[in-house]
Amino acid sequence: MQKSLNIDPGKCTGCLQCEMACSYEHTGTFNPSRSYIKVFTFHHEGRFAPYTCTQCDEAWCMRACPVDAISVDMATGAKVVSDDKCVGCKVCTIACPFGTINYSQATGKVVKCDLCGGDPQCAAACPTDAITYVDADWTGYDRMLASAAKSLPSAEATAG
Amino acid sequence: MQHLIIGAGPAGVVAAEALRKADPDAGIAIIGDEPEPPYSRMAIPYYLINNIDESGTYLRDPKQHFADLNIEVVQQKVDKIDTSGKTVTLGDGSSRGYDKLLLATGSHPISPPIPGLDLPQVHSCWTLEDARNIIKLAQSGSNVVLIGAGFIGCIILEALVKRGVNLTVVETGNRMVPRMLNDKAGGLLETWCKNKGIDVHTSCSVDAISDAGNGQVDVSLSDGSKLDAALVITATGVKANTDLVADSDINVDQGILVNRRMQTSNPDVYAAGDVAQGVDFSTGNFEVQAIQPTATDHGRIAALNMAGQGDEHHGTLNMNVLDTVGLISCSFGLWMGVDGGDSAELYNADEFQYINLQFDDDQLVGASSVGKTQHVGVLRGLIESRIHLGEWKQRLMRDPTAIMEAYVACTQELSYS
Ligand SMILES: Cc1cc2nc3c(=O)[nH]c(=O)nc-3n(C[C@H](O)[C@H](O)[C@H](O)COP(=O)(O)OP(=O)(O)OC[C@H]3O[C@@H](n4cnc5c(N)ncnc54)[C@H](O)[C@@H]3O)c2cc1C
Repeated sequence: MQKSLNIDPGKCTGCLQCEMACSYEHTGTFNPSRSYIKVFTFHHEGRFAPYTCTQCDEAWCMRACPVDAISVDMATGAKVVSDDKCVGCKVCTIACPFGTINYSQATGKVVKCDLCGGDPQCAAACPTDAITYVDADWTGYDRMLASAAKSLPSAEATAG
Repeated sequence: MQHLIIGAGPAGVVAAEALRKADPDAGIAIIGDEPEPPYSRMAIPYYLINNIDESGTYLRDPKQHFADLNIEVVQQKVDKIDTSGKTVTLGDGSSRGYDKLLLATGSHPISPPIPGLDLPQVHSCWTLEDARNIIKLAQSGSNVVLIGAGFIGCIILEALVKRGVNLTVVETGNRMVPRMLNDKAGGLLETWCKNKGIDVHTSCSVDAISDAGNGQVDVSLSDGSKLDAALVITATGVKANTDLVADSDINVDQGILVNRRMQTSNPDVYAAGDVAQGVDFSTGNFEVQAIQPTATDHGRIAALNMAGQGDEHHGTLNMNVLDTVGLISCSFGLWMGVDGGDSAELYNADEFQYINLQFDDDQLVGASSVGKTQHVGVLRGLIESRIHLGEWKQRLMRDPTAIMEAYVACTQELSYS
């Protein structure tokens, strides 16, 4: 069974270890501003919510790409950007309705969660199990995916 | 079942792939008239600066992809369509029958009414062939005049600057990208370009181009300036390629009119992409958007309906992202606002930062931004999901940058452990 990230915002303390680990894995530096997973802070509610790409079935980013630079990693199901092919046109960054594929001025390419090839470092680094990598049955991640998809009429109306 | 697609751009190619997925046994052929494998115009600017070679513009690996999917790709021009006999006639005189036909013929650049446009130093920037001509003439240090600072003009602008030319931009509107950004945001782009040494003339037009004799041309502007140039590029808008259906039972307005299933007035003929006048998400009106994301969405929806599996489309959202020599801007939907709606704005000219949100009641209906690259896609999500923002509207009015927080808070459960 394919695995997916399970995100439980209720357990997140906002420590940002996930952002550190993600940026280190992908850029070689501890720089949360270059992390592909982001922890959003809700001061009023006293809550934190880690958020990243849900590897959605619609794959808006992949469909909008003009040069075939985004493909599915068959092992993990992740939608992965090929740095060799990406020209940095950014059209995927406006096509993705979840805001989870972003342009990196540092590399001139777009970047997104690739599930670290099957060993997501955000999950490994999370001290409170707010982020885990588990069998994809009914995970919080699926809830995240479902509620995100539900919010978009287009995702249903045109589901193939 | 025989599906025939005219046009090998993104709309046609995505449609062919979606048709194959929906119907493993159907015959599928794409007929395109350009002497190249199916490619993406959007990639041309990156070809101009040598970031990629020609093959980097190809939509798919031309050697394998189409053969693997059993999609036939034919390099021919379609000269005629006979909708009663359900056949098309190709440039080589042969003809082909179809059960369902998709018109994905795209659009072509319109020539402004300027004397001298037929000179060999004048090109549009629309096809790979145009790009090859531009590369020859846009040498480092040469003078280049770009007519039009609309969306496409601004995209090429960046590539020309990177090629090291001395660039003059002439735009009849009072600001850059007038159909994508408002005065403030467009003004930021203009200042940014001028700071980078680009000569920008807004509220100005080109009166005439003439042969200067030495391989160069003289360009006279309406503000009295006279320029000499090795190359003039026109980017003054595009028009849908509707000629093929001019005298048929297929209704045409600005583009080929299609319903929410991308079907034309002839039930066996569909249209998609730049050529199609389909429903706009924001207005519910039928409009030609002529953008890449719409072309691929159209292609897929048309294909599903051609295969009898589709649904009615809720409409495509008009949206653009632009990189103007390093300054990134984008716009979505009704960025100019709606009557009686509220708006939130943050403007920092010194930092070249701008964001503008437009609400209808407590729903986001449009947005534009300058200098922002992170999470801009969520503006699409907020608009297309028609989320009622509730208290988040007030929070966004105070801090329009909190778009991601608003989206996460309105769509996710913040606590379920
Ligand atoms: C330089 C440049 C940069 C761009 N950048 C962006 C961008 O950043 N973002 C964005 O959203 N959009 C951008 N665009 C626009 C985008 O490329 C178009 O919206 C997109 O190509 C439309 O796809 P399409 O398949 O509808 O048409 P096209 O890509 O135009 O393909 C249509 C094809 O049909 C062929 N054809 C026409 N008539 C016939 C016939 N009778 N027989 C056979 N074949 C025929 C045409 O020759 C063409 O090859 C850019 C365009 C250019 C030129």
